[in-house]
Amino acid sequence: MDKLLFGDNQFFGVNHMSEEKARAQAMRFQRTDAIMEVLDVAYDVGIRTLMCTTHDRISDVADRVRANPERYRDFQFYPCMPYAHKYANAVTEHGMLGAIRSFMPNDGLFATALAGTKALASKEMDGIANAMVDMEMKMFTGTKTPVIFIQNVFTDLLIGLGFHRAFRIFHDHIQEKYGAEPAYITMNMPMLLDVLEKQGIERPIICSNINKIGFRMSGGYDAYLDALETGRVRAVAMSVYASGAIPADEAIHWISELPGVESIVFGASSAGNIRGTKALVDKYIGKAQ
Amino acid sequence: MTDKINIAVVGLGKMGLSHFAMVNVHPMANAVACDGARFIREVLNKNTDVTIHSDYAEMLATTDLDAVVIATPSRQHAPMVSAALDKGLHVFCEKPFCLDWQDSVRLAQTAKSKGVVSQVGYHYRYVGAFQEVKKILDSGALGNISHVQAEAYGPVVLRPKRATWRTDKAEGGGCLYDYAAHPLNLLNWYFGEPTQVSGSVLTRIFSEGTDDQVMSTLRWDNGPTAQLSVNWSDESHRKMSTKITMIGTNGRLFADRQECQLYLRSTDPALQGYTKGWNVKYTTELTDDAWFYLRGEEYSAQLDHFVTAIAQGKTASFENGFQSAAETDKTMSMILANADSGVPLGKPPTVSQPTPAKRRGWFRR
Repeated sequence: MDKLLFGDNQFFGVNHMSEEKARAQAMRFQRTDAIMEVLDVAYDVGIRTLMCTTHDRISDVADRVRANPERYRDFQFYPCMPYAHKYANAVTEHGMLGAIRSFMPNDGLFATALAGTKALASKEMDGIANAMVDMEMKMFTGTKTPVIFIQNVFTDLLIGLGFHRAFRIFHDHIQEKYGAEPAYITMNMPMLLDVLEKQGIERPIICSNINKIGFRMSGGYDAYLDALETGRVRAVAMSVYASGAIPADEAIHWISELPGVESIVFGASSAGNIRGTKALVDKYIGKAQ
Repeated sequence: MTDKINIAVVGLGKMGLSHFAMVNVHPMANAVACDGARFIREVLNKNTDVTIHSDYAEMLATTDLDAVVIATPSRQHAPMVSAALDKGLHVFCEKPFCLDWQDSVRLAQTAKSKGVVSQVGYHYRYVGAFQEVKKILDSGALGNISHVQAEAYGPVVLRPKRATWRTDKAEGGGCLYDYAAHPLNLLNWYFGEPTQVSGSVLTRIFSEGTDDQVMSTLRWDNGPTAQLSVNWSDESHRKMSTKITMIGTNGRLFADRQECQLYLRSTDPALQGYTKGWNVKYTTELTDDAWFYLRGEEYSAQLDHFVTAIAQGKTASFENGFQSAAETDKTMSMILANADSGVPLGKPPTVSQPTPAKRRGWFRR
């Protein structure tokens, strides 16, 4: 994995500090051109990975990347699925079962499988999970997707429900069908690590909040640092600035001294912030990608 | 294992599943589930170790439980809570509590007399920024508050669609019960039950069986006038957004889930850490980490409070007890009655007499 990954929250009106700011960003980025301008700045300073939700708008970005293979030769996506609000809204609209049906391909196999809830509940669960992954991956056809994540709401719901086998299903499908690395976003890293190891998944790639002030590091700051030190996890750190609560230099310096952190993912909308973070990562972690 | 608290989560819809996930990994709890729908039972039976009951009454009769979490459609709350209280169980119930506020009052009394922990899922009282508002109001630093705006917007019903219980008023669906309940519950927390409700209009936009938009004016004796403005057919919001704005004699206060902004005309010794002019506090500094994070600290924190209160042998919840939720149910019934009749509900509030300004020098304000 590259040492610095570019996130996409800023493009879709997600801001953990201010709804006003989130709205201003949503306005600014409603044109794909505006998103591409920012991605181009990042790409041109050597940040070539976009870690992104499977939001509908990302398919526009994938179109641009496909349309210009010369310009974006090294551009790669780390898809994070599913885009939770899409499913939550579908559940409100169609009910739980209807929502699953609405996201399945309409062709023969699943139309039949979904005719009976019994089949859905038992035999076909693996197939349905895989079909859902494939639906989410469609927009990335023809692009590079070497690492594929499950979104945190989904990961954490599966942990809580005790539906741990789902991680194994996902793991195997991502490796077999996409030849990619399966990865997991969570707000509960130490707990997830135990769950994955029990599923026989060793040294998983896990993206979670890792920051100097312990913001949203559920399970406890110390448990995170312990997990990192044991070398059992390949960590991707998000929220390293804790939504701006930690000065950039201090935040990156602190992260650079942690064992086990392979990458940092950050979101920014201004060229200044993008270049600033890149420079800090080069300074403390090293230039090579 | 025996000293853990046995909790059944009843109703595995959107809220119930998330409650179950959180309770299931709580270090002090053992969780079982209960749902009538075969589909969800079979998925969980097949893929997890969870014990899932299909019949509530049978579960209460045969299972060794300490507490229940009720997350069924709202109309079922009253009978289910009642049955659990009869068994002497601690009860956490989703909001709105009961559709008939007199049931709410009755159940609050029962819970009190049984000495059990009773709590309703008004999670906004666990959001750091709204807790900060409470702290500021309790300090008195905002002065006399006359002007309040309570809002909630979100993208729930964006087109005519198949009816579910959430869009059926008789089942406790609709924008009033689902959305407006939250800002109203905050108003109850900050100011109590309103003295008078007027100007209530419940509007259908896309729903056939219920309201998609709620507006109302609430007034308190010697207190503020609040305007409620709620709409769940607003696609411009990514998810539900609740906000409160207040103007008092000593400044202006705004809060949403992310931040709390306070403008103070002058500092107040009762409110430490705030300066004259604008003050902004963000979630980052107002939030404590949860033992498990699924969809926001507030959801984890309210369940943790419930479990902790039981574990500590408390006879009441730390926050959001049935009695406080009954206030919100009553407030909603006032809005419904007012919207139906057009006649203001409740007496006109006593209007506070402006306190004569202290004699100050000519050149001071």
